[in-house]
Amino acid sequence: FPGLADVSISQDIPVEGEITVPVGSHSPDEDYSTLDEPVKDTIMRDLKAVGKKFVHVMYPRKSSALLRDWDLWGPLVLCVSLALMLQGGSADSKDDGGPQFAEVFVIIWFGAVVITLNSKLLGGTISFFQSLCVLGYCVMPLTVAMLVCRLVLLAGAGTVSFIIRLIVVGAMFGWSTLASTAFLADSQPPNRKALVVYPIFLFYFVISWMILTFTPQ
Amino acid sequence: LSPQMWQVGKRQASRAFSLYANIDILRPYFDVEPVQVRARLLESMIPVKMINFPQKIAGELYGPLMLVFTLVAILLHGMKTSDTIIREGTLMGTAIGTCFGYWLGVSSFMYFLAYLCNAQITMVQMLSLLGYGLFGHCITLFVTYNIHFHSLFYVFWLVVGGLSTLRMVAVLVSRTVGHTQRLILCGTLAALHMLFLLYLHFAYHKVVEGILDTLEGPNMPPFQRVARDIPVVSNAVLNTTAKTIALTL
Repeated sequence: FPGLADVSISQDIPVEGEITVPVGSHSPDEDYSTLDEPVKDTIMRDLKAVGKKFVHVMYPRKSSALLRDWDLWGPLVLCVSLALMLQGGSADSKDDGGPQFAEVFVIIWFGAVVITLNSKLLGGTISFFQSLCVLGYCVMPLTVAMLVCRLVLLAGAGTVSFIIRLIVVGAMFGWSTLASTAFLADSQPPNRKALVVYPIFLFYFVISWMILTFTPQ
Repeated sequence: LSPQMWQVGKRQASRAFSLYANIDILRPYFDVEPVQVRARLLESMIPVKMINFPQKIAGELYGPLMLVFTLVAILLHGMKTSDTIIREGTLMGTAIGTCFGYWLGVSSFMYFLAYLCNAQITMVQMLSLLGYGLFGHCITLFVTYNIHFHSLFYVFWLVVGGLSTLRMVAVLVSRTVGHTQRLILCGTLAALHMLFLLYLHFAYHKVVEGILDTLEGPNMPPFQRVARDIPVVSNAVLNTTAKTIALTL
């Protein structure tokens, strides 16, 4: 370090001082304050955070709110409701031709983990749980599509209903894919975005296929 | 109490670190560009001519992994349109098990054979070669699960399946010396690859009743509905062959 060549410390000035750093007393106070607050406040705060993330999925803009404070409540609620709605759609009563609850649950979480690992291996800067959070929240348009399909199937199961269901599921599939790529593709090097988008496309395609081929008993 | 907690924390941290380290082992195999993937997909259908010089195989796992998942998706579509009934298990589990089992199992088996026959190929290269060979399977099944003509499937099986098999075989031959070894390796790979495509088509095949009824010759048994039984699959193959022979007579 050439700039420090002329710095000298004279021998007779003792170097002294306090070595202990005062611990910031803010964090224990904060812990105690959130521990003492009424349960309603805690729940409302978490619900507001989840609700804000749902709004971000509905109107995908480049914001970091989804990424910064990730949580998995929303994905869990969406996954459970989708799996419950997809249950029991089988051709025969004896054999399980349709997806059961555990199958849908495992597909969604296993698929999300695989996509996250893939994006990390391709050099992504996003963390594991942030990616899971984004992928889980972007299942919301498909859950809405499932609800609409069930309502349409209540009316009848002909060609017209199939076309309606196809259009609705297709539109929601496109929305899901666009929303998740808006968040996830930014964290990749610019020339490799297509490599990350394709597994997301395949993941939402499989979920859309399960929704479209659902026929209630 | 606190030294115990420190021990637990340290153990968890080291476990998490080793998990991270395992992911980093795979990182170099995912270092590809989209143009490279597209080029390799197209190349997997073009057999090489120069078999006296060892051909280069890219040791990359992104393309093969995506192709296996695509094959799973196509297989699910085929199973659903053919109303396959799986007795013990689920549709998704069967599709994933079949595709991944083929890719990993046949790769390992071919690597073992290559080790016996002194072929110059590593495990990652074998996985990559076989994975890209599934591109032909994806195309064939995608077309023939939607358009149900047996003759169309046979044409696709020979042309598309044959091209991708020829490419894999040519690359393997270029890396092996000795006639017997070349024959063993290439024969096994060609047989397994083509038979897998045949199995995927006939095991989940839609019954096309109306067309076959009008075209069948005298005293032909009806086409059997296939539900994951091997004897029934061979029965179905014999049926179709007999029908096509009857048509030509």
